[in-house]
Amino acid sequence: MKSEVKARSVARSRGRRLGAFVFLSPGLAYLVVFMLVPLALLLSTTVFRRGRFGGVVYEFTTENFERLLDPLYLGVVVDSLKIATLTTLIALLIGYPTAYVIARLPRKWKTVALVAIVLPFWTNFLIRAYAWIMLLSGPGLVNSALKVFGLGPIEVLYTQGAIVTGLLYSYLPLMVLPLYAAIDRLDPQLTEASANLGASGFTTFRKVTLPLTMPGVLTGSLFVFVPSFGNFVIPEMLGGSKSIMVGNLIRDQFLKARDWPFGSTLALALIVVLVVLLVAQSWVARRA
Amino acid sequence: MLRIDGVSRRFGDVIALDDVSLEIGQGEFFALLGPSGCGKTTLLRIVAGFETPDAGKVTLDGEDLLSRPPNRRPISLMFQSYALFPHMTVAKNVAYGLERERLPRQEIKQRVGEVLETVGLSAHAGRKPAQLSGGQRQRVALARSIVKRPRLLLLDEPLSALDKKVRADMQLELKRLQNEVGITFVVVTHDQEEAMSLADRIAVFDSGKVRQVDEPISLYERPSSPFVADFVGANNLFTGTAGGLDGIRSEQFGMLPGTPLSELTAGAQALLAVRPEKIELADENATRGLAGSVLDVSFYGGVSHVSVDVPGHAKPVLVAVQGAAAVRPGAKVKVRWEARDAVVMAVDQ
Repeated sequence: MKSEVKARSVARSRGRRLGAFVFLSPGLAYLVVFMLVPLALLLSTTVFRRGRFGGVVYEFTTENFERLLDPLYLGVVVDSLKIATLTTLIALLIGYPTAYVIARLPRKWKTVALVAIVLPFWTNFLIRAYAWIMLLSGPGLVNSALKVFGLGPIEVLYTQGAIVTGLLYSYLPLMVLPLYAAIDRLDPQLTEASANLGASGFTTFRKVTLPLTMPGVLTGSLFVFVPSFGNFVIPEMLGGSKSIMVGNLIRDQFLKARDWPFGSTLALALIVVLVVLLVAQSWVARRA
Repeated sequence: MLRIDGVSRRFGDVIALDDVSLEIGQGEFFALLGPSGCGKTTLLRIVAGFETPDAGKVTLDGEDLLSRPPNRRPISLMFQSYALFPHMTVAKNVAYGLERERLPRQEIKQRVGEVLETVGLSAHAGRKPAQLSGGQRQRVALARSIVKRPRLLLLDEPLSALDKKVRADMQLELKRLQNEVGITFVVVTHDQEEAMSLADRIAVFDSGKVRQVDEPISLYERPSSPFVADFVGANNLFTGTAGGLDGIRSEQFGMLPGTPLSELTAGAQALLAVRPEKIELADENATRGLAGSVLDVSFYGGVSHVSVDVPGHAKPVLVAVQGAAAVRPGAKVKVRWEARDAVVMAVDQ
């Protein structure tokens, strides 16, 4: 009797696993064909030599990794890290209060505010980047506005500041949405309890609100940092030829220098940085 | 000690509090009792500082409370949901209020240890709230509220989330604790049994107004308004007109015996209330009483509740008898009571 029950439950769990597999298979197949296989190909080229006229010569070498440590390229990676970090920090500083206010709005206005946050996504990314060129260029809107107050003109376009502005504008919603989700879930009675126990508003934020919304902070930061770090469109358009980010470098290696092995190595470096961040994020989130 | 003077608060069209005045004494266990939505929680939130009244004054030992922010009031509030910080351990939760006072670490540790001992949770100091049962969480919330030694402790439906057995234990616990620490307790509840068993005095709320403030026994035996008579405890209500000193004149039943609580103008609308345990079941040949038939008998152990259908009276008459009832459903009986056991009150329109 008992063994029969056990056998049945084993059969059931096996059946459930099979069912799960059937439902997951389209997604899995997609991932394998369009992500794992290309990734494996990419990684395999990192240890080969480039051909003289492009292409790959299948001959083992470590020169790509040695080149990676060249201060020229390392500097690009460090610059990209700096720009992405700065963008993420500013997005957090702007995004947190925004998300907080939205989460405390009456329900009707919440929806309006959230739609307004997502609205820019309905316009093409490139067009929005072009718009920033108009705004930031020499005779653009920013400088004309400054002129009214007797200031400027300032040179913004084609600086790192312009890149940060563009990235910030593009990815701020990705910061606000997870933060909103985290803050909205927070029980307002917890902040009241904190005040009742004698905590000032700032202490309540530091001791209660922030720790409890940390998962949202981490998710939002990751959502902003990841696409900022590897971005090449915004630096291309707003950064001019002076500043270059790792995304541009990778694209140039593949499309201009025709050096696939080194391009792959740079891409691997980018992936490694992001994976390390992801692992760190999930580790911190699990502890919070 | 706590004086609430003419406090009013409206939310849009809803009047949550309408000119409420109360005075609560030092060391008293005071209950605000009323159905949900009667404004009792709003009053509690005003005292704690999370709500501002439209009019009125609140003072604690003569000091104005309303001008102080919530974190500067010597008042602890125990939330209905307990509002324990989920990311802190039990000990951290309890220490939170003391840390805000910047007390020395050693003293904090000692006081947290003492209070956890008092509520019997010393063994759970290192756990997170999610790892505790409902009753344990409630005791953590209580410990967190009393560890600051507030002058006044407000409790919002403190026992509503607990099951019946734990609730009875916690009631005793609360009483014991209040005796021990000597803090003034104000408890908000919709459960009249809870209010009666815990409190020294009870204020009955209805639609933002205080209907009666009294000790539990007086409230039970001499309700001053129909609302209180109906809300506090089980009651049998008969309507009629005031008929002098010994009862009311009912359209269906003629004279019903009862004692007026106040002077009533003869002929005015009046209500007679008689408690189930004051009614006597007599057999159908008795000379006096309202004739009816037994609808249902429920046995509760020490007492039995007998509901009697009396033709002409909308609700069945509820009778409580000691031990097991001698009657069965369907039996013809008469229900009767003495004039001194029923109260008559005026019905104000």
